[in-house]
Formats: sequence, structure tokens, C-alpha cells
Amino acid sequence: MLIVLLKPIGILCSYIFKAMGQSLVIGSERSARRKKQKDGLSIDTPTVSLTAASMTDLDNITQHQIIYKKMEHLMDRMQDENTGIPVRTVNKFRAKVPSVFTGTDLIMWIMKNLDVDDQVEALYLANLLSSHGYLFPIDDHFLNVKNDGSYYRFQTPYYWPSNIFDPENTDYAVYLCKRTMQNKTRLELADYEAENLAKLQKVLSRKWEFVFLQAEAQSKVDKKRDRMERKILDSQERAFWDVHRPMPGTVITTEIDYKKLKRYKELATLANGDINSLQPLQIPVKPNIGKPTVESIKKEITAMRLKLDRRNIKLSKIADTYITYFEQYAEYDPFFTPPEFSNPWLLDNVEVWDCDKHSSLFSYRKEVTVRRIKRWAFSLKELLADPAGKEHFTKFLEKEFSCENLKFWEAVQNLKKLPQREVPEAAQEIWTEYLSGDSLNIDSQSRELSRKNMSAPDRWAFDIAAVHVYHLMKSDSYQRYIRSEMYKEYLNTSKKKTSMKGIRSIVSFSGKRDICPS
Amino acid sequence: MKDCKSYSVAPPLADIALRNFWNLDMALDVNTRIETIELLSREADCLKHKLEEERKKLNDVTLANVAERLEEVTFLNIKPRRLLKGNQAKMLCCDWSPDKRHIVSSSQDGKLLIWDAFTSAKEQTVTMPTTWVMACAYSPSGNLVACGGLDNKVTVFNISNPEEDPSAKKKTVGTHTNFMSCCLFPNSDQQILTGSGDASAALWDVETGQMLQSFHGHTGDIMSIDLSPSEIGNTFISGSCDKMLLLWDMRTGQSVQSFEGHRSDINSVKYHPSGDAVASGSDDSTCRMYDLRADKEVAVYSKESILFGVNSIDFSVSGRILFGGYTDYTINAWDSLKCERVSLLYGHENRVTSIKLSPDGTALASASWDASLRVWA
Repeated sequence: MLIVLLKPIGILCSYIFKAMGQSLVIGSERSARRKKQKDGLSIDTPTVSLTAASMTDLDNITQHQIIYKKMEHLMDRMQDENTGIPVRTVNKFRAKVPSVFTGTDLIMWIMKNLDVDDQVEALYLANLLSSHGYLFPIDDHFLNVKNDGSYYRFQTPYYWPSNIFDPENTDYAVYLCKRTMQNKTRLELADYEAENLAKLQKVLSRKWEFVFLQAEAQSKVDKKRDRMERKILDSQERAFWDVHRPMPGTVITTEIDYKKLKRYKELATLANGDINSLQPLQIPVKPNIGKPTVESIKKEITAMRLKLDRRNIKLSKIADTYITYFEQYAEYDPFFTPPEFSNPWLLDNVEVWDCDKHSSLFSYRKEVTVRRIKRWAFSLKELLADPAGKEHFTKFLEKEFSCENLKFWEAVQNLKKLPQREVPEAAQEIWTEYLSGDSLNIDSQSRELSRKNMSAPDRWAFDIAAVHVYHLMKSDSYQRYIRSEMYKEYLNTSKKKTSMKGIRSIVSFSGKRDICPS
Repeated sequence: MKDCKSYSVAPPLADIALRNFWNLDMALDVNTRIETIELLSREADCLKHKLEEERKKLNDVTLANVAERLEEVTFLNIKPRRLLKGNQAKMLCCDWSPDKRHIVSSSQDGKLLIWDAFTSAKEQTVTMPTTWVMACAYSPSGNLVACGGLDNKVTVFNISNPEEDPSAKKKTVGTHTNFMSCCLFPNSDQQILTGSGDASAALWDVETGQMLQSFHGHTGDIMSIDLSPSEIGNTFISGSCDKMLLLWDMRTGQSVQSFEGHRSDINSVKYHPSGDAVASGSDDSTCRMYDLRADKEVAVYSKESILFGVNSIDFSVSGRILFGGYTDYTINAWDSLKCERVSLLYGHENRVTSIKLSPDGTALASASWDASLRVWA
């Protein structure tokens, strides 16, 4: 019927058609769709078949589509006749309010049916569903949910954001225009909507006549509807625009991340459609996926062979290593054990950072705490990561006359950090100092490899040799250092200092975080 | 297998006899080619099967089962401690200075802000000639910041002197053929590692802008990279919209290990502090952990009530807590060993785009589309 009405209008305004091009086609198509939907609509139990598409197939669909799919799946469950949320018609101020449910009902349903932790989370989830337009408060432009007796309504699947992602301004103008015609208090434009209408009138001035006529036609159709049905449809249409043209200050949930936009556009062009009509598509991500070539299969086979050849560790052992790691480091994780100096974010105290600065500026001797020294015994990596630890370890090696290894290791690490310009020279220096002579005790293979790399030295020329040396240090001198009197003594002096200073650090070993003033 | 069929229309034998030598040769060649494709794919299937068997054997327990013996994490009391309010623009990325106190943030309007997070004060502002600056990073010395985004470039600013305008000392280091989505300084002020929407990653020399190494292998946009915390530090991990994680050797530019399992775009990757595992967050609203030694997925962190994607993840110092910044404006804290959620942090009013643990592990910074940064502790 709408289309019938539109046709003569279209003839009348043929000049507008030219100007509008495709948008009109889309507009009238949409009206047709809308009409169809409205005609066959049974409001209390909207039929949902769109969402039956499997949840596992997330290939090539946008962030939004994934979320919509999940939300629609939830809507299905919520609107189930037996297990869903009870939808009623209530009397409010002697007026009938059809097809609503209360915020309390909604929250209760979520608490019962989903794995949320508490009411706060249930409410949060309800608000998200609302802000995406799947359910809405019956008389508020701000799409939110309160856990009380206020009334909410489900959105009809036709208006779900997955069906129309990015409606046009013309449609919005028609909608706003229509509301001004209907002359009812509940349809009165909010301030921001009136502003939007004024703006649109300027932008769309050339086709305003068309907008006006279409609005008029739509409002005529609306008038013929049953009163209750109109109430529901009006609210659903309003909620739809509250999602796509939200009240200022609220989050626009349909906004696309630029990081993803380009890829989505590519998907859309492949589907010969615009970004609005993005539906799950089946496009091979890899260009060679359909046609295996000898090369691709060979590549696959070698990759799998490599995977098979790899000596993999059983999950039970791996799990143990994570747990050991956690147990070792829990003392250093501020979320588990309060740091030695009060956490600056909790207590507004920057002592820890000041102390940091000092220890890097002056001698490490001043402020090395027991906890820090204990950490050196975890691994060589930890020891070298701490400047104070490295210094102490160097002293130990000097005593043993074996600091060549460490120096070589450090030189190679520094080589990697240099700007490209300085690399060849520095590589040459390392070669002459450590490798050309016999000062360094490394295996002949690594030495040979380094020699080869010296023909075109890059930042990784000595990597193999350095790894070799590192393992040597780890298994030999580091072990001796950790067991040495020198380390133990250092640890003990630090302990004594701490115990004299107070028992702060002992208290903090309890494993629980201090209750922090907020 | 369509390919094979078209080849298999080989000329009958009688025909071949009539043909000249060259043609015969061709036919033979075609025949062997069919065979190789068929043989190879059969071999591939066989290997796939074997691989699955092997994996099953390794799967003797689940991580959560083993972790049962640990005490539950019930004492987390994480609250928002600072609110850094920017201009109206969406915050897209943030990074901590090595001084553990300053934060750099990049935003949709092209502004790079240097914050003193402790006092919540903006200290420096750099305006980029582009919008959507998707990535920013502090150098190890704290003197440089790198950033980039829709301009496809990675630009370095020297911020060491607060009196000076940082944009005066601006340097474009590298250029990709698509947007730059992530960047980091690998242990040195002299190099930058970047990931891009052109599906490649690259290592650049800061001084000369020379590309030292490029990394090709992904078939989708790279969204995130992270450097290995191991002492050698020659490897890094990347996550991409092709749903794969690849482990790269910086020396050779080759990918040495790959992980799959996510069902949608991977938005964030992070090494476990031990360096033996990597975690990832994806649009499929799960976080996952993969072990390098087991060469497979070892944990999935998800809940039915979490519908939205994960944009950014980070580990606590001990690796026990995995934080995830979600599109539903929240930050979830997972017990990475028991695979349960231990805390849910509300506060942001739009999607959380980037979260980073401070260098000393005392606080977590988060950036959001609500135009603010928050510090949680």
C-alpha cells in the first residue's frame, strides 16, 4: 500500500529522482521491506529465524556482526515462550501499556540463565543489550536499563542493527518529519531531535519535498493501525533511531573501528555490496586455499614435519612450570604482594621511584633490599637484568679472573642495540678483542661460524657464539656465584640492615595485599 | 581437487604414439604432476592425522586441573586510581615510560600526549598531521616516542627536553603500504619494530630509516606484536586478522612457529613473563594461551556472558593474572592458571582499546574511546 502511494509521488517529483539517484531506490525498498514486516508482525512473539545461523562460523564477518549474532541468540532465549522473560500488558495511569516487562524481571532472568557473577554484571549486560537496541525503555531516548519496576520492550527483529547497519539521513528526516505531523505528546521531538531536523532540512533542502511527502504517506498508513499496535511500533521505531542517531553524549554503538574498516570494505566489495549489507560471506582468506599446488602442499608438509619433529612437552609438566614461575614471582607481583616501598598509586608516595633514581645514580650498595638480592638467585637473566646484580657478579668474576665471558656477552648484546651505521665497526672490534685470539673459551664450531659472518658482519654475527657463552656462564660461573660466600654474605648484610630498619618487608611476605585506602 | 581432474584428461595411449616426442614428454610430465599432487596431499593428510594424535598424547591434563592446588585469587582489590582526561578524541593506544610514571597516549584526532600519570597532568602535546594514530611506544631510554597509524608511517619524536617542541625533532623512520597498527622498540632506542595492515612486520633502523628486516607470512592485517622477554630477545610474536599467531626470528625474518585456534581477528598478543608462552585476545571474545614448548593452545579464557571482543591484553609480573580490555568497556582480570575470571573492572564509558602494565607491575593503564586514560592499582 505504501508503494502504491509512493508511485504517484515519484512521478510528481521526477526531478528529485535524478538528484537522489540510488538512495531513493534504497529508501523505497526499505519502505517496502518495512511494510512487509509490519503487515506480518505479531508483536508479542516475534519470530526469529535469522539467528539460527551457526555461532561457530565467525569467518569473515565484522566485529559488530559477531556481537549482534551473540546478542540475537540471547534475544531468542529471552523471548522464548516458556523459559523467557514474561511479557505483559500493564495498566499505568489508567492507560494500557502493551507488551512490556520490568527491569527487575530482566535482571532476574539474566542472573538465572547466564554465568554472570553478580547483579551488577547482570545489569551491565542488560545495559549493553539496550544500548545496541535489542531492548529499550518504553519512554526514554537514553537506552539504558534500571533494576526496578520501570518498563522495557523488546525490539522487533526488523529493527535489529544487524539488518540495517547504517540507515540514511533521508530515512531519518522522513521519520522526524512524520513525528512532527502526528501531533501527539508522546511523539513530540526532543530538543536534539528538533535540532537534527533543522540541520537535515538544510542539508536535504533539494529533496525536502520528497521527504515531506513520504512522511505524510507514512503517517497516513500509521493512522489506520490499531492503537496498541501503533504504540508499540512507534516506540520500536524510536528506539531504532536512538541507536543509530543517539542522543548527544551517549555512546554510538554502531561506530566501526578504523583499524578494521579497510578490511571490512574489502569484504563488502567482494560481496558486491556496501558496508551496510555486510553479511557472513564465504571468501577464501588465503588466495591459494581452493587450489593446492605442489608448492603449497610441499610447504604445508614441511611445516607439519617440523611440528612433528619438535620435541614437545606434556601439558602436565608445562602446567607445573607456570605454577612454579608464579610461586617464585608472586613475591614480586604487586597484585599479590605489596611492593617493598608503598605502592605510589595507592598511597601517593613516590619513595620507590626516588629510590630507583638513587640506585642508578649512586652506588648500588646503598639501597639494595633483600627481596631484590634474593631474585638474583632465580636465574642468570634476573641477575643480569638488575644493574646492581650485574655489578656484583662482575666483581665476583674479576676475583676469579673470568669476566671475559660476561664482557663478550655484553658486547654482543650492545652490538644489537647499535644504530646500523656503527655495526660493522663494532663487530670488528668484538672480533679482534674476543675471538681472534684465545682469550675466550668457546667451541670451534661457533668460532668458525663467527669467522664466516665476519665477511659481512651484521648485528647478529656473534649470536651463536654469545648463546654458547651464555650457557657456559649459566652452568658454571653463575652456579658458583650463587653458592659463593660473596653472594651469601651480601644477602646477609642486607638482611641485617633491613631488620634494623624495621619489619616492613617481613610483614609484606604474608602474601595478601594490604587493605588500601582509596 | 578440481585441478587434478582437468589434468587427468590425459590423451589415450594410441594417441600418444602418433604424437611427436615433445608432446609425449609433456603428457608424462602432466601425469607425474597429478601423481605428486595426489601423493603429496595424501601425505599431508597423513601428517595432519599424526600431528593430532601426537597432540592428544601430550594433552594428559588440563591447566585448570593442575592449578586446582593453588589458592584462589580472592584478594584483588583493583580500583581506578587516576583519571587522565584528554580532549574529546578517542584514545587508541598508550604506553608506559621506563620511569614508571609517565604515559604516552595517541588518539583519533592525531594528538600524541605525554602524561605525568602520577599527578594526572598533561606535560607535552605533539600534533600529528594525520588522524587515527593507532600505536605509540616509549623507547627504553625514555627519550623517544614512536607513533603512527593511518599515515602508514612510523614517526619518532624526541621528548627528552620538555622545553623544546618535540615536533621540531621529528623523524619519519619507516613506511608501510597500509596503516601501522603497532610498534615497539626492541630493547634499543636505535631500532623500531612495526606491524601493519599490509600483513607484514618490519624492523627499522631509527637513525637512517633503513629497513633491517621484513617479516612476511601473515595473510591478514597484523594487529599486534610483542617482543620475547627472554635474555636473547631475538624473537617476537605477531597476531593478525588471519586468526594466526606467528613467532618470528628477527635475524632471519622467518616465522619459526605458528599457533591457531581463534575464530576471529586477533587483536592483541603478549608474552607470558617467563617467555615460554604467549597469550592472545580476539574479536571472538576469548583470550587464549599457547605454549611454545608444547607447540599448542593450553588455555582458553571465556565466559558465556562475555559477548564482546578483546582489544588488548597484558600479564601481571608473575604471569598469574591476565588482564583483558574489552569492547564492552570493561577490563576483565583472569586467573591465567585456574582459567577463571577473578575481577571485572568497570569505569570506562566506551570500548577499551589498549591496556598496559606499568614497568614495575604496580599499576595498569588503560586507554579508551571515551577519550580518557585510567590507571588501575
